[in-house]
Order: sequence, then C-alpha cells, then structure tokens
Amino acid sequence: MASDNSRAPEQASSAFGLRRTSFWFACVAIVCLFFADVELGTSNPWHELQLMAAGAISPSVWSWSAFIASLANTLAFALQGIALAAIGGFLLALGYRFTLVRGFCAFIRSIHELFWALLFMQVAGLSSLTGLLAIAIPYAGTLAKIYGELFEEVDTAPASSLPSSDRQFSLSHFFYTTLPLAWRPMATYTSYRFECAIRSSAILGFVGLPTVGFHLETALGEGHYSDAAALFYGLLLLIGTLRFWLQKSLVPLYLIAAFYYLPPQATISWDFLRHFISHDLVPAPLRDAVLLDPDTAVAFAAWCSQLWQQQMWPGLVNTLVLGQISLVFTGVLALLLFPLNSSLFLNRWRPLGDSMLILMRTIPEYMLAFVGLLVLGPSMLPAILALGVHNGAIIGHLVGRHSEQLTLRDDASSGLNLYFYEVLPRIYRQFLAFLFYRWEVILRETAILGILGISTLGFYIDSAFEEFRFDRALALILASAALNISVDQMARRIRLRLHLKTAPESL
Amino acid sequence: MDSPLFELHRQCLRYQNKIVLNDIDLRIFRGERIALLGGSGAGKSTLLKALRQQCPAEVAWCPQQPGLVPMLSVFHNIHMGNLQRHGFFYNLLNLVKPLPAARSAVDAISGPLGLHEQLFYSAEQLSGGQQQRTSIGRALIQQRPIFIGDEPVANVDEYQAAKLLELICHRHTTVVLALHDIAHALTYCTRVIGLKKGTIALDAPSAQLRASDLAHLYDAE
Repeated sequence: MASDNSRAPEQASSAFGLRRTSFWFACVAIVCLFFADVELGTSNPWHELQLMAAGAISPSVWSWSAFIASLANTLAFALQGIALAAIGGFLLALGYRFTLVRGFCAFIRSIHELFWALLFMQVAGLSSLTGLLAIAIPYAGTLAKIYGELFEEVDTAPASSLPSSDRQFSLSHFFYTTLPLAWRPMATYTSYRFECAIRSSAILGFVGLPTVGFHLETALGEGHYSDAAALFYGLLLLIGTLRFWLQKSLVPLYLIAAFYYLPPQATISWDFLRHFISHDLVPAPLRDAVLLDPDTAVAFAAWCSQLWQQQMWPGLVNTLVLGQISLVFTGVLALLLFPLNSSLFLNRWRPLGDSMLILMRTIPEYMLAFVGLLVLGPSMLPAILALGVHNGAIIGHLVGRHSEQLTLRDDASSGLNLYFYEVLPRIYRQFLAFLFYRWEVILRETAILGILGISTLGFYIDSAFEEFRFDRALALILASAALNISVDQMARRIRLRLHLKTAPESL
Repeated sequence: MDSPLFELHRQCLRYQNKIVLNDIDLRIFRGERIALLGGSGAGKSTLLKALRQQCPAEVAWCPQQPGLVPMLSVFHNIHMGNLQRHGFFYNLLNLVKPLPAARSAVDAISGPLGLHEQLFYSAEQLSGGQQQRTSIGRALIQQRPIFIGDEPVANVDEYQAAKLLELICHRHTTVVLALHDIAHALTYCTRVIGLKKGTIALDAPSAQLRASDLAHLYDAE
C-alpha cells in the first residue's frame, strides 16, 4: 500500500488548494471591507422602498408610443450588435491561434460597452451607429474567445482522418469538420449572449441612447415608480419570453426588421473625427508640442503624476476593493442559491426555484445598483448587493444544473447534512471554476458602476467625459482595460493550477 | 422459530423496468450469515436492494461503488454514516474541525480497518482498496444489527478480505453479502443462495456445500 501513498502529495494539493484559495479570497474580501464605504447612506431606506413597492404593484404606461419605441430600440440595438459581433467574432476566432489576435480580442472585450458608447458618442453623437458599435465591439471580443476555444476543443479525429498532403490549416477542412462539430455549442452560446446584449442595450439608455434605460433613468430619478415598473416589466417580458420567439428560422427576419427599423447611421464630420483622434485624445501636454523638448517632458510627467495620484490610483484601488468584496459575496450567494435549481433539494418546486434565479439574473446589475442607490443612499453597499444578486443567480443556476449530474449512494443523508457532506464538497471545484470565469466580468461591471457615483474607475472616466478632458478619459479607460486583462490572466492561471474546467455555455 | 427478518413471497424484481428475478420466494432470519452468489447480471444487486427496502432503519448498507465524497477526508467519509445521530450544527462544526466525540467514534472503526494512518487523507488520494475499506467503515459506524454488502471486499487483497469479512460478521448479528469468491462464501457464511437465470438456483447451508457444488452457478448459458 506504500506505493499508493506516493501519489498523495500531488493530489493532496488539489482538494487542499481549493480550500486554501477560497480562504485567501475570503480574507482579502474581509480586509477590503475595512477600506470600503459600506454604510447606509440614508437614515430611512423604508420610505423609498415603500414608494417603489407601491409603484411595482401599479405599473402604468405614460405613453404607449414611447414605451413601444424604447423596447423596439433596445431590441434593435441588441440584434444588430450581436449579429455584427458574431460575424466579427467568427473571423477573429479563425485566427485565435495567434497571440496577437488573442491579445486584440482580450483588449476590445476588456472595455465595457458603456465606455465604448461614451467614446463613440463624442464623434457620432447619440446615434444608432454609436449604439450598434458599443455592443458589437466588446461582444465580438467575447464571442471570438468562446468560438476560438470551442474550435480548439472539438474532437480532432474527423479532421485527422481526412486525406491531406500537409498538416497546414485548411479552410475547407475547417468548414467540413471543425465548424459542424462546434456549431451547436456556438449557437447556444450566441443565443445566451443575445440575452446579455438585450441587457447591455437597455443599459446604454442610461448614458442617453434611446433604449429602455433612458426612460427608466428618468422615471426612477424623478420618483415615477409606476412608469419605471412598466418599463421594467416590459424588459423582463422581452427577455423572459426569449426562448419562445427566438427561433432559428426567424432570426434573418428579425435582423432585416431591425436594420430597417433602426438603420445604423450617424452624421460624422471627418474633420471632427480627425481632430478628436489627433488632438482631443492626446494627453494635453503633448498636443502640438515638440516631442523632444524637455519642457514637454516635464509637463507630461506632471500630467501623468497628477492623473495617477488624483484619479487613476484611487479609481483602481476602489475598483479592486469593491470588485473583491462583490466576488466573494457573489460566491456566497451562489452557494446559498444553487439548491433552488437542484432536484437533490427541490422536487416539485424546482421549476419555480429556477425561475427565481433566472429572474434575478435577468435584471441588469447596473439597474439593480441604480435602484439600490435610491433606496440605500450613496455607498458601495448597493453596488455589492447588485453585483452579488445578479452574478450569484447566474452561477447558482449553473451550479444547480451541475449538481444534477451527481449520483449519490442510496443511503445518502438528506437536508442540510446532504448539502454540506455530500453535495457541497462535490460541486465545489466546478463552483470555483464558474466563479473565476466570472471574475473578470464582475470587475468590468464594478468599474462601470462608477458612473452612478461610486468612486470606482467609471466615476473618474465619466467625470473626465463631462469635463471634455478626453485625454484623461482615454487614459483611465485604458487603465481599466489593463486591470481587466490582468484579472482575466490571473483567473486563467488559478483555474489552470487548480485544474478547474469550465464549460462556458452561459457565463 | 422467529418471524423472518426479510421475506419475499413470489415476487418479481425489476432493474430499470426489466424483470431480472422471477417469482422469488425467500426468507431470511435473524442471526443468519448469507452469501449471495451468481454470475454478473444474475440480479444480486437487485435482490439486495429489495431486501434493504424491507427494513431500511436496521440495515447498514455497503454498495459496490464506494460512493465516497472524493474531496473529504476518510474521517468525514466514515462519519457520514453517523450524521443522523448528531444535530446539524454539530455536523457542520465537525466538517470544519473534527470534534472529539466524532473523532473517537471514527477511531474505533478506522483502527480495525487499518485506516488510521490515512484518516485525514482526502478520499481521492486513496487506493481502490483503501476506498473500499472507508466505505465499509461508513457502514460499520452505524452500528446496526444487519449488514448488507454488495461485493464489499472485491477490491482488496486476499489477506485484507479475510480480515474485513471477519470484522463485518463479528459486528453484525445478520449479514447478507453478494460475493464472487466461493471460498469466502463457504468460510464466513452460514447459508449460500445462488442466483441463475432469474431464479434462486441454490439455497443451502454452507456446511453441506463444497466449492465444486457452486461452480455451475457461473457456467455460461
């Protein structure tokens, strides 16, 4: 039996590693709590909550034409965006073997669609083109990654059995073997991403585009909770009924309708565009300056140091602090919620439980945070709750589904004993895999919530846009992109080290 | 004579909606040690399941596949047989830090099973034999009068198997074991039941049997 023990240390690291990693992440989150502003920003949250509840049970549409138009716009942006993203993502995925392409994809998806929208708005205004590109660009990066990974994972046997003179990548081989094999998961994932695109599209309204979010922000901000409720239910209905109306054969029809209804256009002055890129986005001290002049260097250094000290550093720190707390909170919620979608714990009620999870994930975190801020007042608390609820429901739904695959002994215990002794240890690895896969998304969202006034990177970026300091805005956006890329890399490393596999069908 | 512990009267037993045992008549009494023999697919596991369902509260069950939780330690996997005896918070705390009472209960089992050294190894680090002993440990710790095991010693070596069967028989008044080793059946059990072609082909006290009497149970059809 001595020989059996020889493999102990290597495998011991796996179960032990999972626990150790969780422990350190929890510790970091607790330390972060000391630095975070998580106080109640208002003395009486119940008052606002009562008003909202009253609104929620008495939805009213103030103008049907505006109501329908905002939903139609939301849908049109999402459809066009995901279509363009699917094409772009597919083309990029063909070159996913190249580091440069992978890096490019990582870069474009590390910038949130709201940041893209804020950038394009300066050039193309609040136009349909702005909305389309803001969704299509980051989504193309995400889809390229997923498609690329799917292409790498397909069974290689059919391809290797084809007659071939050399082992070079052949496009016809690709279309005959790899693509058909990967098609189904690609379609599934793209349709899930479409659901996300509807959420993104709705959120774009919060920065001024004519989607649901635009009217929702006004209604919420002015306390017209009945109007807000109607818009909100409209959005839920749109997403909730997706599986009924999103039929493969109807997709081309929807696309034609979307482009006919809202043709992507904008009046762009090319002079203005050139000026924006070559002047506005360039750090102020470098504009029209002699590059090798020592004065320029001094001024540039001062610009950098001021930006770093006053905005970038506090923004990065707050983003990380809020992001880490939210990550751990998301994990805790996911573990609490997953039994809702597991027949090990719920039998007859499971469809209802899962519907609750799906409802929670349907509400965009940005919207949740906006409502949270109205109720709880300005602090990080609403942001943590919003990120936790939205992401916790997504992961809980997936973990629950994963737990269905477990086969338990006939004499397994029940209830809480079953949860802690049989199920939790078994699903924990997969749970961590999902959570680390979601880490980057949580951080991206954390940055964006700054636009609502929480002092993460988004706050400084939004202020820079408001002050027309586009050079600062660009630098800060690049900083948030760098942060997201490093977190993505780190999550990847941790997943590899802990041997965590992810089936990314809906993350 | 006592009333039987288990009784099947002209019963048909199904596995995944297919009848595997037809018209079975069987009575098992307290104090008997029964070996269930038969080729693979003869319906041993199905019969054991039917027996188990007759008095689940008195049976300690040991399945063919250990069904351990791979990430948890041997200690926790054995303690799992005892979950019902403790309150939930006790179990939860014990999961984080082994508690003295649970520890001594498990120690009493792990010693004879030869698992003392590996008590805090996670189950996935164990060899097949060690996993099987852990699974037996989960059954032993329940301290129930009846032990029902489906090939409980299939993955351990000859010497270990003998010791484990002795231990199982010593700690339970009634034992029902599906076995594939004829010598084990004759040595440790008082009665042998042979299954073949969906019926009980043989049912006799082991004292009256020799190994050659049993070989035909495994003949190809």
